[in-house]
Amino acid sequence: MSQYILRRLALMVPVLFGVSVVVFAMVRMIPGDPARIMAGEAATEEVVERIREQLGLNKHPVIQYGIFLQNLLRGDLGRSTLSRLPVLDELGAALPATFELAAASMLIALAIGISTGVLSAVRPNSWIDAVSMFIALLGVSMPVFWLGLMLMLLFSLHLGWFPTAGHGTWRHLVLPAVTLGLSSAAIIARMTRSSMLEVLRQDYVRTARAKGVPEARVVLRHALRNALIPVVTVTGLQFGNLLGGAVLTETVFAWPGIGRLMAGAITARDYPVVQGSVLTVALAFILINLLVDVLYAYIDPAIRYD
Amino acid sequence: MGIPLESHAQRPAADRGAAPWRQVLRRLVRNRLAMLGLAIILAFVILAALAPWIAPYDPLRSSFGARLKPPSAEHWLGTDELGRDLFSRLLYGARISLRIGLISVAIGIAVGVPLGALSAYYGGWVDLTVQRVIDVMLAFPGILLAIVLVSVLGVGLEQVMIAVGIVSIPIYTRLVRGSALAVKRKEFVEAARAAGARDVVIIARHILPNCLAPVIVQSTLQVGSAILWAAGLGFLGLGAQPPTPEWGTILSRGRQYLLVAPHITTATGLAIMLVVLGFNLLGDGLRDALDPRLKE
Repeated sequence: MSQYILRRLALMVPVLFGVSVVVFAMVRMIPGDPARIMAGEAATEEVVERIREQLGLNKHPVIQYGIFLQNLLRGDLGRSTLSRLPVLDELGAALPATFELAAASMLIALAIGISTGVLSAVRPNSWIDAVSMFIALLGVSMPVFWLGLMLMLLFSLHLGWFPTAGHGTWRHLVLPAVTLGLSSAAIIARMTRSSMLEVLRQDYVRTARAKGVPEARVVLRHALRNALIPVVTVTGLQFGNLLGGAVLTETVFAWPGIGRLMAGAITARDYPVVQGSVLTVALAFILINLLVDVLYAYIDPAIRYD
Repeated sequence: MGIPLESHAQRPAADRGAAPWRQVLRRLVRNRLAMLGLAIILAFVILAALAPWIAPYDPLRSSFGARLKPPSAEHWLGTDELGRDLFSRLLYGARISLRIGLISVAIGIAVGVPLGALSAYYGGWVDLTVQRVIDVMLAFPGILLAIVLVSVLGVGLEQVMIAVGIVSIPIYTRLVRGSALAVKRKEFVEAARAAGARDVVIIARHILPNCLAPVIVQSTLQVGSAILWAAGLGFLGLGAQPPTPEWGTILSRGRQYLLVAPHITTATGLAIMLVVLGFNLLGDGLRDALDPRLKE
């Protein structure tokens, strides 16, 4: 098991390196003077020159990357051109909100998605199955941010049950979490259903039934455990998507997470913040995928020996 | 060992070693939801193609006296914040969405498929390198990679098409690599190689055709995803710029008038959902038709 983890960690290294290169190259590929871009339109010539020195923009690109990496490892991601605050501080302030939203959405997604998927699988081709799977299909077909806007229209603007935007109380969390949660639930429901159907066809399930095991136990104790394996992978991917894809939903609900920070920074051409937030989300995504792989290997020993 | 109840010649013509594609087509046609999806797509394509003739108004013509009007006989879906007819704008937006979907999928296939095939066929360091590059691309959640690309390429419709196309490359590469690895080991590939066939010929003639099925399914579903991603970028202001009637951009503007003119956001979102639903229904149907083992 530890062999597997070490191997996965080793594979992560070139990926992390690649991601840092992409983020490094990103800003330097934008047309214009990188120093001016990083300092901001409003900065004075002295500030621009200082940034040029700090980033080593007069030096060879490889040396520049070295400086970038060095700064990165020191936690120096530069300063926001808008707020002049260190990017790390801005990220630090935004991350908890993003995790709060991602966790709440994931809970909703798993609760609704798994239960719907299981229900559909044990009653295949019934009206429950047809209706839930069609709704799930609608769910994966609609833009997430549009769902957010429609929920806002109904529950905030018309019914007044929840605030339209902001952060602070549980009320603020409901609409954005439900938006993201329902969207992910649709994918998880479809995955759970097909996985469950596959498992329910297996011989050991037939044996359990033949032995007279109550159906509920067959489903929940024997089948579900194995059916959830691919669902774990999808869930991991979804969590990663919630971090990055939350850009749109956070924008709709003005939720002060990394997504909204990034969207604002892009509009304002605040490239140090764009760079920092992209890096953070990518890193989180990589770590989550690693966790999912390890979890997967833990549940399904066959993977470890692959 | 029993005597067969009927000889091969007595079996219905339809089942008698009918070309696999014909069987697939028959299964597909029998799937009502897939046919519904196809109908939706065809309607969308026809409406988009005929937009210049059937749009009741010029999608760019503003009319300040008719701003934010709800749906009426005069304006079937109402008007937007500049008094432009929403129905006409959505029709022209359909043309844009269709272009985005098709071009970005074309980019994904053109780069991703050969990359996956070559990676699987040659193996070794070629495979290792390609896989690491793909890993880096997949290290970014889809929309994030698109945002990174658009930040570099600049905002605009063409940039969105390229960005969404690039984002779909890893999907095709992984898909084709998986299929190609399975095919590579089969006897007919060994035979071809033993006969001295060139690598390019083996890949093109033997390996790629066997990867066709998953690529077709993925492409159908990918058009829908591309339209969603593009709408997301448009919503963030990174897509086609006003006054171009791209669906995501319309949603972005409509959001500011959500309370007073909800028809803008509602209608546009429904249009997107319907079109993507069509592609998802057809894609699901194709998947079931091409591998009946998976169908319950």
